Amino acid sequence: MAETLEISKFKSKIAPDWCPGCGDFGVLSALQKACANLNVETKDVLVVSGIGCSSNLPGFFGSYGMHTLHGRAVAVAEGAKLGNPDLTVVVTGGDGDGYGIGIGHFIHAMRRNINMTYIVMNNQIYGLTTGQCSPTTELHTQTKSTPEGSIEVPINPIQLALVSGATFVARGFSGSQDLLSDLMMKAIKHKGFSIVDVFSPCVTYNKKNTYPWFRERVYNLQEDHHDTSDWNSAMKRSQEWDTRIATGIFYQTDAPTYEEQDPAFKFGAPAKQKLGLNAEDAKALVENFK
Amino acid sequence: MESQSGSVSPRKVTVWIGGAAGDGIASVAETLAKACARTGLYAFAYNSYQSLIRGGHVYMQIRIGSKKVWSQGDFSDFLIALNTDTLQRHAKDVSPGGVVIYNKEKIKLEPGLIKPGVTDCGLPSSTIANKFGKSAIMQNTVALGALSYLMNFPFEPIQDVLTSTFKRKGDVVVNANVGAAKAGYDYAKENFKAVPLTWQFTHKKRMFLTGNQAVALGAVAAGCKFYSAYPMTPATGILHWLAPKGPKYGMVVKQCEDEIAAMNMAVGAGHVGARAMTGTSGGGFALMTEAIGLAAMIEAPVVVVNCQRGGPSTGLPTKTEQADLFQALGASQGDYPKFVLAPANIEDAFYMTTEAFNLAEIYQCPVIILSDLLLAEHFETVDDFDFSKIKIDRGEMVTNYSGNGEYKRYLSTPSGISPRAVPGTANTVYVAGSDEHDEDGTLISDVFTDPEKRVVMMEKRMRKMTTALKNLPEPQIIGPENAELTLIGWGSTYYVIRDAVRMLEKEGMHVNHLHIKYVWPFQSKAISKILKSCKKTLIIENNFTGQMERLIRQETGLSIQHNLRKYDGEPLGPIQVCKKIKEVLSEKKVAELVAH
Repeated sequence: MAETLEISKFKSKIAPDWCPGCGDFGVLSALQKACANLNVETKDVLVVSGIGCSSNLPGFFGSYGMHTLHGRAVAVAEGAKLGNPDLTVVVTGGDGDGYGIGIGHFIHAMRRNINMTYIVMNNQIYGLTTGQCSPTTELHTQTKSTPEGSIEVPINPIQLALVSGATFVARGFSGSQDLLSDLMMKAIKHKGFSIVDVFSPCVTYNKKNTYPWFRERVYNLQEDHHDTSDWNSAMKRSQEWDTRIATGIFYQTDAPTYEEQDPAFKFGAPAKQKLGLNAEDAKALVENFK
Repeated sequence: MESQSGSVSPRKVTVWIGGAAGDGIASVAETLAKACARTGLYAFAYNSYQSLIRGGHVYMQIRIGSKKVWSQGDFSDFLIALNTDTLQRHAKDVSPGGVVIYNKEKIKLEPGLIKPGVTDCGLPSSTIANKFGKSAIMQNTVALGALSYLMNFPFEPIQDVLTSTFKRKGDVVVNANVGAAKAGYDYAKENFKAVPLTWQFTHKKRMFLTGNQAVALGAVAAGCKFYSAYPMTPATGILHWLAPKGPKYGMVVKQCEDEIAAMNMAVGAGHVGARAMTGTSGGGFALMTEAIGLAAMIEAPVVVVNCQRGGPSTGLPTKTEQADLFQALGASQGDYPKFVLAPANIEDAFYMTTEAFNLAEIYQCPVIILSDLLLAEHFETVDDFDFSKIKIDRGEMVTNYSGNGEYKRYLSTPSGISPRAVPGTANTVYVAGSDEHDEDGTLISDVFTDPEKRVVMMEKRMRKMTTALKNLPEPQIIGPENAELTLIGWGSTYYVIRDAVRMLEKEGMHVNHLHIKYVWPFQSKAISKILKSCKKTLIIENNFTGQMERLIRQETGLSIQHNLRKYDGEPLGPIQVCKKIKEVLSEKKVAELVAH
């Protein structure tokens, strides 16, 4: 099906400069397919990233983009979405960007349920800075900054999302293109904050969590009798790791979005409102101080 | 009754209300000040407080006059002491002819605390208050009523304000408060002699507000549609005013997890075309600086308010200082265009905020407003703001691109300003990069490094400052041209300088005043020209190192000869400034203005 679609409009004139074989290529093409399938206009999509290998994605994507600061993509994107809720806002970044330096913004964004999508290319390593441990690096993994092996427990982003109030929690694998593209479509269509954690192997610096390693372990929750409305089951599945790893939608629920609840949006998109006060409103404000 | 003069005149009267946090000082002060504002008098109220919710020592200074009041003054004429601590601290400093009001049933007066010539006005406040309600705060209302009589101030305006304040709580509450105040008034009338002040009421109602409220109102007037903040004294007042009011004007008001988020969100909102602002104090500003650089690099319009307090670190959370000038100038790594505005008073806080949004959009860069605790939190009577003066200028926007070839978001133009399209616009798709980028947004930072392009883009951005310097209003000298002395200030010291100048004029001394409001880009030529025409110069700042003095030297090569620096956390008083001016004027030897 995907081959017949016009995905080229979501390609930019710049060719990706990731290492050959990098998992991020698969994430880029899955996102291009998802946006093409959703039939959105390139002008109405804003892809926001932080800093890191994967955060270079907006430059290779044919929509509006913002390539912001390390760890701050989610915060910038929240402002952009609240500034103009008519935009489809997708944040793309890596595990260091989102689960390390930017973890505070990540957690609070989930609490807010702003209608946006966060795609994390999780390679369990810092790539652009040449191979230090990341917040999702497995215990005892040797990296340039942990020569004796990492002694910190890795963050489990799925669990973190579930306890932080995310209303759509999913995991994909760059090596499973059709599933990944489908998850992205569903995440973007979801009303509220959606997070898709994607195993996107680093072929240069992570010699353990490779394509073959994941292929031996991943399975699709939607083919394994998982109820996406069952939060406890989602928590249980998210704990699988060494022998069997779940991908697909862990949890989805319908909850009011931030935009639906903030009275300011009754006046339309903030970016599109007429500016300035009429004389009557101005007078009332002045009188208010007397 | 000018403070410390001993002569009774209605020019200016200073009332201090002191007690512990939680005693309800602010409400007494606000009632009094509002009553003054409604009768056409001017008031200036400054709260000296501590970073605690209950206890400690807090005193509100309210200065009232028939003409514009410029500062909180130096000493009190009327003191309402709500606890013993306040009496011990402040009773001895009450001006001759003044009055000390306290609850004699609760506070034991030590002999000698009240100077001869000052009226000891102990009230049976508890007994009176108990007739009207159980709340301890009712005793304050009794004291306020007594003050009204002792100041020879009519009771009606007090009654009027109490009625409107408590209206929504119902008649019972209104009647209790008005009754307690009237009982205080009557008790004072029966037992004491009023100070024979004559008030000139014009009955012209004026606005009464803080600098924070003026900034918030300016934002609403300018069409700000996004305000993000993390609570921090003394900027929180902006958030508190906007939270209920902003949404009524379509403004999203967002409390964030930290100042980093507040700033980054504002950049995001500004980038997509919503006028956006964030507000904080020095510590929060420090966290915002990286994203201020982001705004500059992607050329997103955004307004940042820094209400300065005493630093460094947590510093003096509830005290005033002007020591973030260099932080504002040096915010973020790298060279980039920005504006730093320093409103001098409440009116400026309003009008310059509206202007800040225009500058941010015209020049597509961050605009920093430097306020401080004194300006941000003091209440003042001001003439009505003129909303018809507010012009909204969004700069060069592209809404319908039909140009030849691809749209270039960062087109290098003679002015440095590139016509701006926001996401959502057709045919202008681009990526805004925090890395150095080419005119069309393509990153040229690492793999595509191109030194020539980097130079073009850096110069394009910085050219915006050259353009701005041609368009900013030039600084003006206030006062006589050939004055013996020129006073220089920036930000909230405007008040005390004006006040001191007015006091000296009465003594026949003529000094003039240069106040720098557009701090950056620095108007070197104009300021240099003014300074070279001055006979003697004295710069007044609320910081230790003389940051504006150093900036002037850096940008003009001129050294100001004298300085008055205060960094104890309390604002300057006019008598302190007058004393320094007299000292400088009497000095025969004059240092060279040009030091380099």
